[in-house]
Amino acid sequence: MSELARESSMQRPHEAPTQRAVPAQVRPYRPRVSRFWWLRRRSYLLFVLRELSSVFVAWFVVYLLLLVDAVYQGPDPYRRFLEWSGRPWVLVLNMVALAFVLLHAITWFNLAPKAMVLRMQGRRVPARLVAAAHFAAWGVASGVVAWIVLGGL
Amino acid sequence: MPDTITLQVARYRPDTDAAPTMQEYVVPLRQEWAVLDGLNYIKDQLDGTLSFRWSCRMGICGSCGMTVDGDPALTCGTFLADYAPGPVRVEPLANFPVIRDLVVGIDDFMRKLPKVKPWLVREDEPGVADVEFLQTPPQLDEYQQYSMCINCMLCYAACPVYAIEPDFLGPAAIALAQRYNLDSRDQGAHQRMDVLATAEGVWACTYVGECTSACPKGVDPAGAIQRYKLTAATRTLRSFLPRGER
Repeated sequence: MSELARESSMQRPHEAPTQRAVPAQVRPYRPRVSRFWWLRRRSYLLFVLRELSSVFVAWFVVYLLLLVDAVYQGPDPYRRFLEWSGRPWVLVLNMVALAFVLLHAITWFNLAPKAMVLRMQGRRVPARLVAAAHFAAWGVASGVVAWIVLGGL
Repeated sequence: MPDTITLQVARYRPDTDAAPTMQEYVVPLRQEWAVLDGLNYIKDQLDGTLSFRWSCRMGICGSCGMTVDGDPALTCGTFLADYAPGPVRVEPLANFPVIRDLVVGIDDFMRKLPKVKPWLVREDEPGVADVEFLQTPPQLDEYQQYSMCINCMLCYAACPVYAIEPDFLGPAAIALAQRYNLDSRDQGAHQRMDVLATAEGVWACTYVGECTSACPKGVDPAGAIQRYKLTAATRTLRSFLPRGER
């Protein structure tokens, strides 16, 4: 803040120097943060949802490990895992988790151009191109995984 | 357009009040009047006890930041006509202790700012008195947007991380650190790293992005922070490489 900045309540020049020397009682008011601060703005809510999404990312990791373990155990445990996965509450959980993971991934890739400042032939690569490249790489990786899972290999 | 508009102004008198209260003032509504003009009208014509900071009236000094209708804003660049027919709520900047009425304490920011050494650090020169540091336009372009910061602290008022974690270095301090880190004349990036690449530095930021939205000068503190995260992470990974390959 500029040194020239002044508080409009400051003492007028004609006031006695003795008055100016006496400091005002300083008892600043410290506002408390509301527990529901994250409902105040759409961006705050989106931020909190993105933070929450990490729980669902962790869930997908656990789910993947359970799947790998079931495959490792043999045909029967694998069938039981599939039956368990088909239960309504697991389906609902996984659908909610998918929505959060998509939110996580999309916001993550949208963030990429902020973090990566690339230059080609002296010119800055446009932010949209950086984001597009990430989404394209995501699409290709997903396509390869889908091809493997759906029996391409 | 009506002739007048009501300003609901937060008042806090530390000697008598336990918490801020709102007081209403009716001020003339003119096309060219900013919220700051309305506050100065109150100060000059209606209530001389109202306290607020201001200086340049042209978005340069960064003194008149307040919360206008819930959003952090420079009151010299926020026009009353945009809020017609009103009322307009004017409160002190959020996330700072209120000293009086619309005046907030900025000691925390003033303590944090020098930690990032927001000046040109040179290690190979004893002084700059008789040395010219030439710079090309692309080199200037690297950091110029960050040099537009006027320390108005609107970004701190917009940042929920700073509200919850007061130890967070904050958007402006990090953006200003990047202003010098990206300057071709500076050699102090590794010195700033000790402050920036910490839990209270860039890693406290979880990218809400409101600092960038709030900035009245087009600085992108959120971008500066994310960019530095990548720098810090890359440096950490490189430190595991054999010395010759870093």
